[in-house]
Amino acid sequence: MPQIIVFGQLTDLVQSSSIAIPDVPDTDALRKALTSQFPALATAKFAIAVDQQIITTNTLLTEKSTVALLPPFSGG
Amino acid sequence: MAHKANNERYQRQVLLRQFGLEGQQKLLQARVLMIGAGGLGCPVLQYLAAAGVGHIGIVDGDVVSMSNLHRQVLYTEQDIGSLKAEMACKRLLEMNPDIQVTTHPIYISPSNALAILREYEIIIDGTDNFATRYMINDACVLLDKILVYGAIAQFEGQVAIFNHPSGVPAVNYRDLFPHPPAAGEVLNCAEAGVLGVLPGIIGTMMANETIKLIAGIGKPLIHQMLTYHALTNTTYTIGLQVAPGTRALIPKDAATFRETNYEWLCRPAGAIFEIDGDRFRELLESGGVVAIDVRETGEIPEVTAFLHQQIPLSVFKDRMAEITADTVLLFCQSGKRSPQAAQQLADYFGSSKSIYSLQGGILQYEHHKKD
Repeated sequence: MPQIIVFGQLTDLVQSSSIAIPDVPDTDALRKALTSQFPALATAKFAIAVDQQIITTNTLLTEKSTVALLPPFSGG
Repeated sequence: MAHKANNERYQRQVLLRQFGLEGQQKLLQARVLMIGAGGLGCPVLQYLAAAGVGHIGIVDGDVVSMSNLHRQVLYTEQDIGSLKAEMACKRLLEMNPDIQVTTHPIYISPSNALAILREYEIIIDGTDNFATRYMINDACVLLDKILVYGAIAQFEGQVAIFNHPSGVPAVNYRDLFPHPPAAGEVLNCAEAGVLGVLPGIIGTMMANETIKLIAGIGKPLIHQMLTYHALTNTTYTIGLQVAPGTRALIPKDAATFRETNYEWLCRPAGAIFEIDGDRFRELLESGGVVAIDVRETGEIPEVTAFLHQQIPLSVFKDRMAEITADTVLLFCQSGKRSPQAAQQLADYFGSSKSIYSLQGGILQYEHHKKD
């Protein structure tokens, strides 16, 4: 199943820096599964990268995909 | 210029085959603007000045405080209460009097940003809040300036180069995060804390990227974002790409940019949206606004007191693109539906519109009028 790595404050919301979500064929399905498992993610802002490339539309996932959830940082 | 590049000061970096005298000359001729002389700005400024970047601008309206000193390493206890821009300038010129440093000891805002940024080739963002970060991004897009971006949160940092002309089309920060988070949604350093060395590491990476860009060496993080984690020493780099629709979120020209309220974009969620009847009337009378009734067709009372359009909430999403005015006043029967429409509008138009919702709806407004 795709490996999901989580950055920044999102790790507080999902209580881990890496999570596994089975049976998600694409990133839209992943989003749905994530928000049902972690409701706090529904209102959190984050970008999604699949295999180290930011995606802007629904993207197919394979067993070997690595998905990164990246929130914005503001500190300076 | 050649004699400066030959300077003993730069001898160790001129020795580098890829960098050489040519790289040094490019640095000496470069004009770089550092926005924010804080945790990120200090190391960026120190290394760029030491390396001989010929003209450095510093924008920061803040003064040094005690809680800055654990990470803002250009400043001393004696500087507390003094302007960061002035103190940083003083230290940089002590370090390297060959370079020129221009201070802008003010807070950057939509009214002054374009005039300041225009004077520089590379803009470096080391600010500490989303309102300013989105404003700087938009200004760089409008002026076609390269933006070296760095940001931190707790133990992690991000570094990226946006709006570089080698990308067609160029990627900007809004392609990654189209809308700013609401206030309080993402904590800043003052709220979440930060290990002093982290901005040192990220700021040094930003300086490195800037030097690579200017000298034309290596592979700068053009349209890529690197994330660094201080506790695990891990980095993760992702490729960025243009997202559909984000260009429409950026003010279309300088005049619109100057009128954009970036603080408002980062308002606490749901707080500033809503206005009372007096403010509503005031805005109506100020002109240049459109009032929109989001009730369903046929709901009473019918509104005759002021000109308005009708776009029912049930079809609002499909029809909101037809709203052309920049300031939009939304109302419904009792004030419950118009905030939903306001949120949809804000998600769609982002910074390009000011959006208000009438508290208590038309019922309270009409009632108030009768009193």
